[in-house]
Amino acid sequence: MPTDQPGSMLEVRGLNKVYAGRGEPVEAIADLSFRVAPGELVCVVGPSGAGKTTLLRCLAGLLPATAGDIELAGSPVTEPPPGMAVVLQEYGRSLFPWMTVEQNVRLPLAEKGVPKAERTRLVAEALEAVGLADVPRSYPWQLSGGMQQRVAIARAAAYEPQVLLMDEPFAAVDAQTRFELEDLVRALWTRLGVTVVFVTHDIDEAIYLGERVLVLSARPTVLLEDVRVDLGPVRDQLETRGAPEFARLRTHVYELVQQAKKGVRSLADARLTHAG
Amino acid sequence: MTARAAPRGRRAGMPSWALGAAGVVTLMLVVEVVPRTGLVNPDYLPPTSVILQALAERLQTPEFWVALGDTLVTWITGLAISVAAGVVLGVIIGMVPFLRAATASTIEFLRPVPSVALIPIAVLLWGNGMEATLLLVVYASFWQVLIQVLAGVRDVDPVASDTARSYRFSVRARVRTLVWPTALPYVMTGVRLGAAVALILTVTGEMLIGTPGIGNLLATARESGAVPSMYALVVVAGLLGVVINLLARALERRTLFWHPSVRGEVPA
Amino acid sequence: MSATWSVVRSVLYVVGLPLILLAAWWFATADSVSPYNPPLSEIVATIGPTWFSGDTFADTRFVQDILPSVGRLLMGYAVALVVGIALGALIGAIKPLRDFAEPVLEFFRAIPPPVMVPVLMLFFGIGTTMRVFVIATGALWPILLNTVEGVRGLDPVLKDTARAYRLGAWSRARRLMLPGAGPQIVTGARQALSIAIILMVISEMFAARDGLGFSVVQFQRSFAIPEMWSGVIILGLLGVVLSLVFRVVTDAILAWYHGYLRSQRGGA
Repeated sequence: MPTDQPGSMLEVRGLNKVYAGRGEPVEAIADLSFRVAPGELVCVVGPSGAGKTTLLRCLAGLLPATAGDIELAGSPVTEPPPGMAVVLQEYGRSLFPWMTVEQNVRLPLAEKGVPKAERTRLVAEALEAVGLADVPRSYPWQLSGGMQQRVAIARAAAYEPQVLLMDEPFAAVDAQTRFELEDLVRALWTRLGVTVVFVTHDIDEAIYLGERVLVLSARPTVLLEDVRVDLGPVRDQLETRGAPEFARLRTHVYELVQQAKKGVRSLADARLTHAG
Repeated sequence: MTARAAPRGRRAGMPSWALGAAGVVTLMLVVEVVPRTGLVNPDYLPPTSVILQALAERLQTPEFWVALGDTLVTWITGLAISVAAGVVLGVIIGMVPFLRAATASTIEFLRPVPSVALIPIAVLLWGNGMEATLLLVVYASFWQVLIQVLAGVRDVDPVASDTARSYRFSVRARVRTLVWPTALPYVMTGVRLGAAVALILTVTGEMLIGTPGIGNLLATARESGAVPSMYALVVVAGLLGVVINLLARALERRTLFWHPSVRGEVPA
Repeated sequence: MSATWSVVRSVLYVVGLPLILLAAWWFATADSVSPYNPPLSEIVATIGPTWFSGDTFADTRFVQDILPSVGRLLMGYAVALVVGIALGALIGAIKPLRDFAEPVLEFFRAIPPPVMVPVLMLFFGIGTTMRVFVIATGALWPILLNTVEGVRGLDPVLKDTARAYRLGAWSRARRLMLPGAGPQIVTGARQALSIAIILMVISEMFAARDGLGFSVVQFQRSFAIPEMWSGVIILGLLGVVLSLVFRVVTDAILAWYHGYLRSQRGGA
């Protein structure tokens, strides 16, 4: 796995985000710094309301940071950068309901300047890869929730991004579908060699998917710990989740998140009863 | 999640009402300046100040207030007839499947017939009396109400309807407890749409048929070449429309707070 | 057997009441000697000679009056559609602009469109330009304001998606705003169509020397009553045909939306 390449694809330095609304300004992110190497799959977990979505929207260039820098492949992110794709939680609302599945996947390609013949190939390949080769002419709302999220993933895959950002993409699908989609993400990641930042509130999911797990504190958010996940390059829903190392990481991250909920803001302050 | 709902932050700038007020002032300034600089012939478009002066003069004449009253009486009478007829017929037709099926094509056919086509007939029958204009007003706004009421009655929950039937509710009880509450928001939408259309046709009748009212004053002002007065009356007609719209919307909102079209305006 | 019966029944439902009404009109007026209310048979008999006869086909009223009226109607309506949607999308997409323009737009929408006829006559006389302008300016507001509403109400998640994938302004307008605001735009366009027809008739009745509305008023003033009635019928048919065409076109455009609504209702 290309985790140990030098340099970083995504670099966040001193990120701070304050929402200055009409009432009290709300500090969502206090101070966050981390790097993601090219081709890495990093998961972000934290208690609910930990500013995970805010972080992802800042990374995506959809939300301006109040202070600090975000760099994608060395250039600062101030608006949605080229070479980046997003998959959002609200699959039902991120697909264009007036376009067929095929048109949805194809839409960003034209904008990216991909030649026509190439577009057709990319769309077909992406739909094939997510197991939707047989429904290109359906409309998204004719599909189940899991299938709709597959369309969103196919759209991101066909776009051939350098970085793929995913914001709790499976929070709203049922458990069975969820396992399938997790394996799909791993498979696509391995195949495309893309850098992935995956935000989730599900600790098991974060460990199962990630090479690293960033554990966030409660709001205003800081980084509690950057946990390395040594579960090997091939993950299996039964074996990986049954492995002792998985259980150890799960316990550790779970405790951290519980501490974070209680307001702990640094690893040194965290009282971990099950020392890993 | 909560973070996303928060406003975008420092870009707040001017509050929207101030921007809106600035928009109105800008319009008035443009209309003041453009004719004064000769960009547009002031004989065709007098400056704002001249229009306002003409308006002020009009407001001091009793004939203006009489005309305004005439317009309002025609409007409210026409609207009331349309609403009453639309609600009664709509509930009856809507609740009887045979009637609904048998009238559907006729309604679809009669509805798009432009009411102004009836002007010559109205004039033949009633000359320039209020009845002539009322015919136009009622014909135009009746369909708006009827269509909404039919949609409202159709929206009645079939399970609740079956339940009411199985408990042998009387027709009157069914209308009162089931049909009317469901249809009420639709009725209010129909009233709002009908109110706007009724005003249009009231003024039309006054202009074309000569029924007394604001529209008739406007036609007279045109014939006598009183251009600033014409514009003043256009402003009056517009303000009348704004007031009617605001009232109708407020009325609608009070009865249909749960309805999607209003619920949608609450920020998500 | 039962399938045949159900076809017969639905045909009866569609044509039954209209036939009964026409028959009632026919027989009720059959012996009418009232000049205002001529027998329907006489009205029908005048349609051919009145509208479709002339030395050459080009001399018929159909070509001289009806077609130009419809042409002006379509031209004005097209202008209103293009300007209304383009401007509406722009205003809807830019919040400060929307705040700035909204009160002014609400005012213009509230002005009953017929009062603009005498105003626009000042600028454009009584020719084709004036009539097209009257239709366009009257039909513009419902389209414009509904487009603003539709673009404003676009799902923020879709807007984020379009931004994240770096859709350009043109692509965003064509792929996101237009289809997303489509249902609202169609609602506005439907209101605008009936206003456009009204204005076509009014502009010709108020001041013109040709056109369908002018002809009808001429017949009325010269007491050519059967001819007048035939004109009223043609106006009615025109409204019906246009609304049918509108329905077919918009059903095709909004096919996705109807499916989407059904899926939302079924899945709830």
